[in-house]
Amino acid sequence: MAVDAQTVEKLAELARIAISEETIDEVSNRLGDVLQLVDQLQAVNTDGVEPMAHPLDAVQVLRKDEVTEPNRRDEFLALAPQTEAGLYLVPKVID
Amino acid sequence: MHQLTIAEIIRGLREKQFSSVEITSHLLERIQQLDGQYNSFITVTGEQALREAAAADARLAEGNAPAMCGVPIAHKDIFCTNGVRTSCGSKMLDNFVPPYDATVVDNFLQAGAVSLGKTNMDEFAMGSSNESSYYGPVKNPWDLERVPGGSSGGSAAAVAAQLVPGTTASDTGGSIRQPAALTGTTGLKPTYGRVSRWGMIAFASSLDQGGPIARTAEDAALMLSVMASSDKKDSTCLDRPTQDYTANLKDSIQGLKIGVPKEYFGEGLDSEIGARIQEALRAYEKLGAELVEISLPHSKLAVPAYYVIAPAEASANLSRFDGVRYGYRCENPADLRDLYMRSRGEGFGEEVKRRILVGSYALSAGYYDAYYNKAQQVRRLIKQDFVDAFQKVDVIMGPTAPNPAFKLGEKNADPVAMYLEDIYTIATNLAGLPGMSLPCGFAHNLPVGLQITGNYLDEARMLNVAHQFQQASDWHTKAAPVAE
Repeated sequence: MAVDAQTVEKLAELARIAISEETIDEVSNRLGDVLQLVDQLQAVNTDGVEPMAHPLDAVQVLRKDEVTEPNRRDEFLALAPQTEAGLYLVPKVID
Repeated sequence: MHQLTIAEIIRGLREKQFSSVEITSHLLERIQQLDGQYNSFITVTGEQALREAAAADARLAEGNAPAMCGVPIAHKDIFCTNGVRTSCGSKMLDNFVPPYDATVVDNFLQAGAVSLGKTNMDEFAMGSSNESSYYGPVKNPWDLERVPGGSSGGSAAAVAAQLVPGTTASDTGGSIRQPAALTGTTGLKPTYGRVSRWGMIAFASSLDQGGPIARTAEDAALMLSVMASSDKKDSTCLDRPTQDYTANLKDSIQGLKIGVPKEYFGEGLDSEIGARIQEALRAYEKLGAELVEISLPHSKLAVPAYYVIAPAEASANLSRFDGVRYGYRCENPADLRDLYMRSRGEGFGEEVKRRILVGSYALSAGYYDAYYNKAQQVRRLIKQDFVDAFQKVDVIMGPTAPNPAFKLGEKNADPVAMYLEDIYTIATNLAGLPGMSLPCGFAHNLPVGLQITGNYLDEARMLNVAHQFQQASDWHTKAAPVAE
């Protein structure tokens, strides 16, 4: 199954990944190969089969809403490329 | 000293034949001398290791040392280590120094183990050859022109080259078992949820599972006894009691029923590997086991289902790498969109980008039912095959990988060919079952792995079955020629 350049551009936008013009054909071809592989699934009859999310069908564990972690804001902020006054800094979003 | 197994090191330390500082120094020297040719480590933490070893020796002298006190190990660079760079094999995290330890790392610290550093891996654990690492490929100690398998290629190669007796690793579609097979080591992927994923950088959350790579089943059992735990920080981690996985190693396997799936011996399997597996099965018969032919009719669908589910979950998990909170940020972003697009475009490698795009496709509007939902339905069919098989048999055996270690660059240009190297391991992850690979001979002068798949939470029996084989064979004692 071929994937056209327009679809690749749309996916790149959805995934927020810049793809250079030179590599777009290569990416289209490889994506096509993978989608051809996974299209084998379409031939299987899965009527009435419950989709499987967890192998042991575990359920979400509930716990009390209590503070258990100390505040380590400064340590985590120190990992960021750019911060100011305890906040993450990004390029201007609103004019 | 580097030939010693973990069990032998534990004994040697307690009998004061050598100290933790001595064996730690010896292995650090070996890494420095030899790892240039394998590239199995991304980061070596020599000074920290020697400090931990000295502390371990003090505890050993006091006589109240925990289980693995003073034993040198190394962690796959997917496990967060407090104060030590954790790259996940990616440029994206080249500068990432976590302020906390993964639960697995903490479990080994509590047990007194000494970490020598962080092992190389495919970028974000996506690969079967360890060629997608930002830090360069790992070379197979059995043949430096060949890959060690992946994604835990560094963890497997470091053990095969006798740089360290045991390593942590992770397995999403075969990333512990396939490199173990290709390097002649013993690797174990536990039942999904047996080992905490907290602090293990996420690839596909419903499939990822940490486990050990070592040289013997006994060592894998010792390591799993430390790694396995319940964990309030990981809601998918099983709230079941853990156990001493070495307790059953010596049990007889008389009467054991071994399921042999006919689908695992068909087209695509290297004939020499097929012959080695048949020989291993004969050896099990001699040990008193009974072979039962079984069928796993949906086997062929495992790879296609996996390449929907894993990329879909990866595309969601890897959205956290946005160039804002940690990791790589592009130079001079024009605006926020440009910051996201270029930070991710420049920070991720080709295979990671490809999988994120496939995942975005499978989850995008109009395709969810046709791809993700369909794959999750097929996943239940695959699980049901195993549930049916385990009504009749105790364990399932077959080849771990269809081919021995391939040449560097051989499958790089063709992702689908690379994906098919995991054809026998992926179903285990989809079903959430535990699996192992152990050495069972050579094909084309390269190691062959025998895969054992166990029933849910039946790790102790799987290890017993592997240990009994290793008591009756010596394949696991063969050392890579370059390791001498």
